[in-house]
Amino acid sequence: MSVLVYTESEQGKFKKNAFEVASYASAVAKMMGTTVTAIAFNTTEGDSLGEYGVSKVLNVKDSSLETFNAGGFAASIAAAVKSTDAKVVILSSSTDTKYLAPLLSAKLSAGYAPNVVQAPDSTSPFMVKRTAFSNKGFAHTQIDTDIKIVGVSINAFGAHENKTEVSVEEISGAADAATNDTKSVEIDKVVGKATIADADIVVSAGRGMKGPENWGMIEELADILGAATACSKPVSDLGWRPHGEHVGQTGKPVASNLYIAIGISGAIQHLAGVSASKTKVVINNDPEAPFFKAADYGIVGDAFEVVPQLIEKLKDFKAQNG
Amino acid sequence: MKILVCISNVPDTTSKINFTDGDTKFDTNGVQFVINPNDEFGLTRAMWFKEKQGATVHIATVGGPTVEPTMRKALAIGADEAFRINAEPTDGFSVAQQLAGVVKNGGYDLVIGGRESIDYNGGMVPGILASLTNMNFINSCISLEIDGNNVTAVREIDGGKEKLSSSLPLVVGGQKGLVEESDLRIPNMRGIMMARKKSLSVIEPVDSLKATEDKKFDKPAPKGQVKLADSVDQLVDLLHNEAKVI
Ligand SMILES: Cc1cc2nc3c(=O)[nH]c(=O)nc-3n(C[C@H](O)[C@H](O)[C@H](O)COP(=O)(O)OP(=O)(O)OC[C@H]3O[C@@H](n4cnc5c(N)ncnc54)[C@H](O)[C@@H]3O)c2cc1C
Ligand SMILES: Nc1ncnc2c1ncn2[C@@H]1O[C@H](COP(=O)(O)O)[C@@H](O)[C@H]1O
Repeated sequence: MSVLVYTESEQGKFKKNAFEVASYASAVAKMMGTTVTAIAFNTTEGDSLGEYGVSKVLNVKDSSLETFNAGGFAASIAAAVKSTDAKVVILSSSTDTKYLAPLLSAKLSAGYAPNVVQAPDSTSPFMVKRTAFSNKGFAHTQIDTDIKIVGVSINAFGAHENKTEVSVEEISGAADAATNDTKSVEIDKVVGKATIADADIVVSAGRGMKGPENWGMIEELADILGAATACSKPVSDLGWRPHGEHVGQTGKPVASNLYIAIGISGAIQHLAGVSASKTKVVINNDPEAPFFKAADYGIVGDAFEVVPQLIEKLKDFKAQNG
Repeated sequence: MKILVCISNVPDTTSKINFTDGDTKFDTNGVQFVINPNDEFGLTRAMWFKEKQGATVHIATVGGPTVEPTMRKALAIGADEAFRINAEPTDGFSVAQQLAGVVKNGGYDLVIGGRESIDYNGGMVPGILASLTNMNFINSCISLEIDGNNVTAVREIDGGKEKLSSSLPLVVGGQKGLVEESDLRIPNMRGIMMARKKSLSVIEPVDSLKATEDKKFDKPAPKGQVKLADSVDQLVDLLHNEAKVI
């Protein structure tokens, strides 16, 4: 028996969330008195998982699984669960993982709890705390099946070093008969820029920016901070920004360390999507804006004055602090 | 083409969330229930297939009698026929198993659900359903075109999007993007009148695996007071020295 963790990689290199889920798996394994096996696809740096408590890495070497394919990945992970006799499977909360998780759940008849925010409350019975009601509440969910699948929320647990002797074994992948016909045709993705899903800092702006022509300063601020850009729903509905940037209950959830909201009123549907962010800063010219009640820090002022000042200040700050 | 849209009955997005019975149940007191927003985008896309490609559109909901007003609303928007599986939807795995029965009996080419329900946020019903019925599956779908048996879809990925090809039969986990916000329809009087006459059949549940159980709920700790900075200098100082985020 062991704990199996699926560690995501891209072009051979692990994504940041891989170390977080490995750390989570290692915490669960400790509670259960067992070890952690990781499964990865075509990685070139399997060894590095040893830093986070993984003692064995199964590296799927399969040219048909070079790019993500939910069915094939789920089938391969299911096979590894069986070969390692794993009782607990740990996953991330990336879009890809949320695509394969339900397929895996069905294949293994395993209960799945997504958006888990901390180490299990207990492992027998197996109980985890996860967000529910779009971050307006938490549920303590008991998983009753023999095999349990846990999806860890982004940035909720963090990566924790825990050096362990590690071995890497190459295995072959499996195919999924049911979803076989679904194939990637084209990927259109921003490269070299932080994404809402994994950025430490997100700079988000709303209808208070008046129009798309004013987003230059938002992008400049994001650039200086190495942040991803985001927006409120009406901004994407109006076509000022792409849909992929819309955060909130009906958009993307944000769980960054720092969320800067500029000219966003703080409607309940918006707040639901950003409440998992650790520090929230609001810039709004209306001191009564509801967002101030949900924020840690704020400036009451006109974005068209505050943001340029903030950009200048941060440039100086970066020059001094590197 | 025969389409099934899976509709989840959820609290309106503006609802205050409270719990009762020693924090073991969601408090429905004063809460308005609506079609799950992700499903509403899917239903609207299904209406497009009905109007442009002659598809038949059925809906299914797993739930007690209290979900019927939400189902009538979906019928008023234009779905042709409805099935309610008479079981409390307590866990995603069993909901998918209940729906699988309807899908198998109905011979659907396309099943549209949502990326997630905004209440329990399971994000699993469509994927499990696809597996149980041996259908193709595309999640977080933001564009869907069907030509004969061939499917061209786009799904959201972290930092962008991916175009996929697939084939029917297919299950989709949909979301905003599948149609635009402005395409959503508010039922009109005629639609509401017609919906009353449409068939809404009640199906008794089959035995299913209860994989998970929400034992207890709690709410986030109340937020402390916001600290207002008088200048950007002070703000940067607070973010650096106090919050330690830059
Ligand atoms: C079913 C449903 C789902 C929804 N889901 C979402 C969701 O997922 N995400 C989401 O964001 N919304 C969602 N909404 C919409 C939500 O209710 C609000 O309408 C929306 O969040 C408001 O966007 P906003 O704050 O950008 O605009 P507004 O509410 O118009 O606020 C603009 C703010 O900018 C400020 N401002 C104006 N000028 C300046 C200036 N010069 N400097 C500084 N500040 C300025 C104003 O004081 C105001 O607070 C949803 C609504 C519904 C009904
Ligand atoms: N009780 C239900 N009845 C019918 N469909 C449901 C039900 N619960 C969830 N679904 C469908 O599954 C999707 C994802 O829900 P969930 O897995 O609960 O987050 C929803 O958007 C619906 O399309």
